[in-house]
Amino acid sequence: MSTRATRRDGVTQPRLGPVGWARWAWRQLTSMRTALFLLLLLAIGAVPGSMFPQRSLDPARTTDWIERHPDAGPVLDRLYAFDVYSSPWFSAIYLLLFTSLVGCIVPRTITLARQLRARPPRAPRRLQRLEAHDAFVVADEDLPAVLDDAASTLRRKRFRIARHDETTISAESGYLKEVGNLLFHGSLVTLIVGMAIGHLYGWRADIVVPEGESFVSTVTRYDTWAPGPLVDGEDLTPFALTVEKMTASFEEDQAGQIGMPRAFSAEVRYADRLGGATQPAHVAVNEPLELDDATVFLLGNGYAPVVTVKDRDGQVIYSGATAFLAQDGSYRSTGAIKVGAAQPKQLGLVGLFLPTAVIDDTQGPISVFPDLRNPALAMSVYEGELYPKGSAQSVFSIDTDTMEPVAPDDGSEDIARIWLQPGETKDLPGGRGTVTFDRVDRFAGFAVRDDPGKELVLGSSVVALLGLIASLVIRGRRVFVRVVPAGDGRSVVHLGGMAKGEDDRLSRVVTDLADELSQRSAPAER
Amino acid sequence: MNETLAIYANYALYSAVGVLTLAMIAYAVYLAGAVPAAERDAEAAVEADDAARSARARARAEQVAALAGAPASADPRGASDERSPSTDPPTAADPRGTSDERSGADPERARVGAGIGGALSWLGTGLLLLSLVLRGLSVERAPLGNLFEFSVAGGFFAMLAYCLVPLRRGMHWLGLFVLAPVTLLLWLAGTIWYTEAAELVPSLDSYWLVIHVSIATLATGLSIVGAVLAALFLIRDRASKRSFWAKLPAAPKLERLSYGMNVVAFPMWTFTLIAGAIWARQAWSSYWNWDPKEVWTFVIWVVYAAYLHARVTKNADRRTVAWIALAGFACIVINYTIVNFYFVGQHSYAGVG
Repeated sequence: MSTRATRRDGVTQPRLGPVGWARWAWRQLTSMRTALFLLLLLAIGAVPGSMFPQRSLDPARTTDWIERHPDAGPVLDRLYAFDVYSSPWFSAIYLLLFTSLVGCIVPRTITLARQLRARPPRAPRRLQRLEAHDAFVVADEDLPAVLDDAASTLRRKRFRIARHDETTISAESGYLKEVGNLLFHGSLVTLIVGMAIGHLYGWRADIVVPEGESFVSTVTRYDTWAPGPLVDGEDLTPFALTVEKMTASFEEDQAGQIGMPRAFSAEVRYADRLGGATQPAHVAVNEPLELDDATVFLLGNGYAPVVTVKDRDGQVIYSGATAFLAQDGSYRSTGAIKVGAAQPKQLGLVGLFLPTAVIDDTQGPISVFPDLRNPALAMSVYEGELYPKGSAQSVFSIDTDTMEPVAPDDGSEDIARIWLQPGETKDLPGGRGTVTFDRVDRFAGFAVRDDPGKELVLGSSVVALLGLIASLVIRGRRVFVRVVPAGDGRSVVHLGGMAKGEDDRLSRVVTDLADELSQRSAPAER
Repeated sequence: MNETLAIYANYALYSAVGVLTLAMIAYAVYLAGAVPAAERDAEAAVEADDAARSARARARAEQVAALAGAPASADPRGASDERSPSTDPPTAADPRGTSDERSGADPERARVGAGIGGALSWLGTGLLLLSLVLRGLSVERAPLGNLFEFSVAGGFFAMLAYCLVPLRRGMHWLGLFVLAPVTLLLWLAGTIWYTEAAELVPSLDSYWLVIHVSIATLATGLSIVGAVLAALFLIRDRASKRSFWAKLPAAPKLERLSYGMNVVAFPMWTFTLIAGAIWARQAWSSYWNWDPKEVWTFVIWVVYAAYLHARVTKNADRRTVAWIALAGFACIVINYTIVNFYFVGQHSYAGVG
């Protein structure tokens, strides 16, 4: 896009047909001015996405924002303020920009190819008129030597040389500048292609795995599953992964930093394929587990209290680890234990897990430290239908439309509340049985992701950077030498230089060359 | 974690701010006393080699002129000099004479001011480096983990860029204008952005921190100097001959210097984006998340890309081009301040409560 001069064919036709108009539009689109305008428009267009919450990143915060701004919210929503980067107007900007880019790369590549095949052009008649000029006097018998010297010096300085006639030399350098420039712009196109491949054929899934538990990578096993438009979940490679230990450490000593996370890691065993041999691995923040068809990232963690529920006969009707999701930096976590086997109605225990529990006078039960100092479960008891009409629902909450609160035996409150610490057992109200808080495990929150376009994106961006550096560092120059006989057995050797774009060093290059050549031929001068 | 070292790091930072403030005063004295650039060409001291070279160029030109016998082509160098008055003073067959006369053009007080300012600039830069090293030793990691730390690093890189190029070329007139924003930045860092030395949160704990953030702060440092020069160009371009600003070099030269800084910074921004994307993929599972910080780094990149394109466009007004550079710098400032404090995103590491 950079140094493209607008070409003007000598079109003198009075009216433009459809083809003419199309050509005119194409010229406009591929002109530097338009590219510049689109670039600035792209920058401006990207900004709203940083000011408003984006649906694709944080749907909950987006909904909340719209609710809190009943006037502006819906209007902004209609303008795609919450989906900026997939909005028609943002897409229009970058698609036009890339069309303009392609429309610029193609003709320039052809020009460069032609230039590489052709010889540097003939020297102009009067080199004094060029941007840079120098001259020196040579005795005629030394002329051939001086010209050969000039040619070899220029060649050594990476100029391409052409000698169209006996009295001139044409030299050109800086093809790599244009090559770098084209590589830079071309890689931007392949970069976008790589991003598109990732979007279309990539997928992302999230899953919460308590310590000691396993999962197999299948669409139904994941908590969330977000495939690209062209992904068929059926052909996932079903790797298996077991979390053996999840470790989390928090700042304990330094004032002002207490409770800040310091390290999260999970020790896992995995098998690339179902039934394959398992091997151990360490997954941590910044250290994902790379598998053949997907990558496993440790993005979350939290607590999964292990609870056993028995019915009035002492039969175990529920036992296991249930993940509770952390709501703040001190891991005050919410979750639901769903006892589907309870009779006659299903039971739901909903509430909080607090790793370091404190009853605050105003806030009620809170956690004051993210690690397990004084773990406690604070649960309310509901009964009713856990899975109405078999509809899918969150594993972290219950549907209170179909569940009724269970009153405590003493009738002091509307709903029975149970406070449990590890090892404790409490009775459920109304002789419904008992609930035991066995222990607390940690869970690992994994994002599993496959992006088949990422290698292309990375490769393109590295090539773009190298091309950019080449195009900025290398200078495109033409240097001409012309001998003008001055009579009296002497001649003037004129040196002239032209630059592509601005070039501070051009006159220095020309004078240095004159200096070198005239010094070498100096002994013969007098 | 060694808190004593962190305290020494702060002492080094406070000293640097003090030293740079004194340097600013020295530079102000220099500017007040300096004679207009029109009567002076003090930037590049002509070394013996260059003097010989220009003498030879003159000799060549005289020979050619003698042979041609026509005064019209007497001084071919003169023609190109007219086109680019201050392109390369060393090779120019400058009739104004030797380096002795030139440096004599600045009054004594101004030269002393420039000397002191230069020495203090180096000292302040050294103190900033010391502060960074001590802070790094104190927290046992690269000191680039929060807004305070990368402001100090950014200030250091801006000073380093200034010391290595303009200062060594004797461009003392630039001193005050670079030192003022840097000192302001460091003052903000040391007061309202100050963050206690601490270990990193897990997502930042990666070698990519050093790669990504150091280049980003280096790019920021260069962009500060580039923006200062662009602003000086805009002022100088419209300044009358008698105004204070006429002491500065000619407007086209300021513009070229500004371009020089920005053209080095741009590949660094590109690298920042790429390294950031690689790290984002490692830490957050996706190389691009349209996080506010990412958006703004992208915006900065696009605006500077527009700047480079505008500059090579034939017939583009250099004032417009300079304004685009300043817009890019404004985006950098926004990215460092507003985005850190007001926009919710994954880069919320400012550490300022």
